[in-house]
Amino acid sequence: MPIAHPNLHLTRLGGAIPAWLGEIEPDDLLPVCRNVSDGGGRLVALWGSDARGDVGVRGNGFVLHVALVNESGLICLSMALDAGQPAYPDISRVFPAAGRMQRATYDLLGIYAHEGHDHRKWLRHGAWHGFPLRKDFDAAQSRTDEPDAYPFVQVEGQGVHEIPVGPVHAGTIEPGHFRFSVVGEKVLRLEERLGYTHKGIEKRFESLTLQQGAKLAGRVSGDSTVAYAWAYAMAAESIAAVKPPERALWLRALFLERERIANHLGDLGYLGNDVALAFGFAQFWILKEQVLRNNAALFGHRYLMDKIMPGGVAADLAESGKQTLRDECAMLEREVRLLRGIYEEHAGMQDRFIAAGRVEPKLAAQLGLCGLAGRASAQAWDARVQFPCAPYDRLDVQMATYRNGDVAARVIVRFDELFESLRLQREILGRLAHEGAQEDARPEPLEKLPGNGFGVGMVEGWRGEVLVAIHTGADGKLARVHPHDPSWQNWPALEHAVLGNIVPDFPLINKSFNLSYSGQDL
Amino acid sequence: MYQLVRQVIKTGIKTEAAPQPDEALRAGPQRLQEEILHVFGSALSIRHVDAGSCNACELEIHAVSNAYYNIEGLGIKFVASPRHADLLLVTGPVSRHMLTALKRTYDATPEPKLVVAIGDCACDGGIFSSNCAGGGGESYASCGKVSNVIPVDVLVNGCPPTPTAILQGILTAISAPKQK
Repeated sequence: MPIAHPNLHLTRLGGAIPAWLGEIEPDDLLPVCRNVSDGGGRLVALWGSDARGDVGVRGNGFVLHVALVNESGLICLSMALDAGQPAYPDISRVFPAAGRMQRATYDLLGIYAHEGHDHRKWLRHGAWHGFPLRKDFDAAQSRTDEPDAYPFVQVEGQGVHEIPVGPVHAGTIEPGHFRFSVVGEKVLRLEERLGYTHKGIEKRFESLTLQQGAKLAGRVSGDSTVAYAWAYAMAAESIAAVKPPERALWLRALFLERERIANHLGDLGYLGNDVALAFGFAQFWILKEQVLRNNAALFGHRYLMDKIMPGGVAADLAESGKQTLRDECAMLEREVRLLRGIYEEHAGMQDRFIAAGRVEPKLAAQLGLCGLAGRASAQAWDARVQFPCAPYDRLDVQMATYRNGDVAARVIVRFDELFESLRLQREILGRLAHEGAQEDARPEPLEKLPGNGFGVGMVEGWRGEVLVAIHTGADGKLARVHPHDPSWQNWPALEHAVLGNIVPDFPLINKSFNLSYSGQDL
Repeated sequence: MYQLVRQVIKTGIKTEAAPQPDEALRAGPQRLQEEILHVFGSALSIRHVDAGSCNACELEIHAVSNAYYNIEGLGIKFVASPRHADLLLVTGPVSRHMLTALKRTYDATPEPKLVVAIGDCACDGGIFSSNCAGGGGESYASCGKVSNVIPVDVLVNGCPPTPTAILQGILTAISAPKQK
């Protein structure tokens, strides 16, 4: 059992990752969260669902779902809430990252945390009435144009002033609002306001078939399309108790590592650009372009969208393609090693990187910082290492961690992970030759799921752990799908990372995290 | 420094030939006079606005700046303010939350101005909305396609469109229609 608590009875979920499901009473939620937190565990995701009218659900109201993780695996807790007063204990006292998730859950479903201290809307900016994820929500009647008031926390004192930035930013990036309180150029406080790209993804899932849902999952955050599509497929396969062909699993890992390679190359280029070394952008984006072109030539899509479907994959790799990828590996290893040497010896660049945007390991642990940014602040979590789903159980992934927690550390982790992904890609190409070589990686797609099912998938994307939870209705259709991006955990940490730095360093620090707006705005 | 210079020389020129304009991408007739197009054609400033995309289109917009597509080599550059822009490159279904920001960005762009919608979502609402019977892709959270909100000159489909397609869309917007 992953946690011991007298009132908690967990049942093991089938599927690719170790996961448990249990019902919990309101009085037990905080003690269980503290128990997990004290043991070094973290909050992964929090969402709600509307179970009014569902047969066999206790309380016949709403349900709160909390996904926690510790060294044993994923623990999914569900708590029945009263239909009239759907309230639950505030867990942001134990897991600060829960704060925004709780606010978002209120905006979309109308369930709320008792004693929650921040009542400002998070995902709703005043564009609709009512709660979209309630089954009786009427979209046609929901329209309103009364923006919600959103008072930012004020910093007062002599010489303090505010700089509002966004939602439309100066570069080609996603929209969001940043409110800086500064003295001179020094940042005293940063407050983020996100939600601008909220386009109703969770509601949209409810009207899609399983296979259509896979496409939508692959567009929650376009830069992580493989991770989302795999997590979605993993959740569906867990409900259907289906195991994809071996060859499909190896191809999925190949796609995931290629996604990591492409994104890390792109970020390393932009991190050079943001300290005025345009050479870095030019060089790394030449390399990235070659990876993307190989993706298009071999698999039919530059970002590998729609190549992972529930049940298997939608592309295969011929023998000639393997050689192309081996050549690519050799070329990338040679070039990236050279560029890393140039980056490391460039005094101006290192001066900008070192000590900028630091998140100390202790703070990172408190905030639940995860993924790449977490590993740069000594948070040794990597789902490929701790919970190696097939085929990672046969790959022995080496985790990259670093303690400094600054921009330089996030650059180093990217370099280390890039080389590790290239090593893994070689390994996978070798295994593809014999393991399941005779199999078809493209079986009949999974079309239908059993009724009243629950499944969860978690995949270590390039940014961090991506989780997708699927609930099916009595008819087996998608009743509720919750995709969770690691950016939920890491955005609040950025507010801390920038403190004491100067405003012109913000773009660099922001880029070193490179968080998703779309992935958290949903 | 020696390594850096050596690498630059070794890399050489990667830039490929730019695509030709494609009349089929136009949402309506070219509104601008040839003289203005001539000026734009040699120095065009673009302001990108993400109105709610999943960020895949942004990846490809970044890619048009890489050495292979080298958009700056064509005299086209991305600018930080709509007040400096001749053309808006808009991605995403327009989320309700970005409606005001997109309208204000459009209003802040001086005339004459062009708008290119990038990606399936910007063209017709895409996957984020139930697009039955040629609807514009609206939902409780989304205003759907970009032309529901501001006038659009050129549509570039794709999920996401390739850098070549994006470049072609931009070049079409600033090209004079071919005389038949």
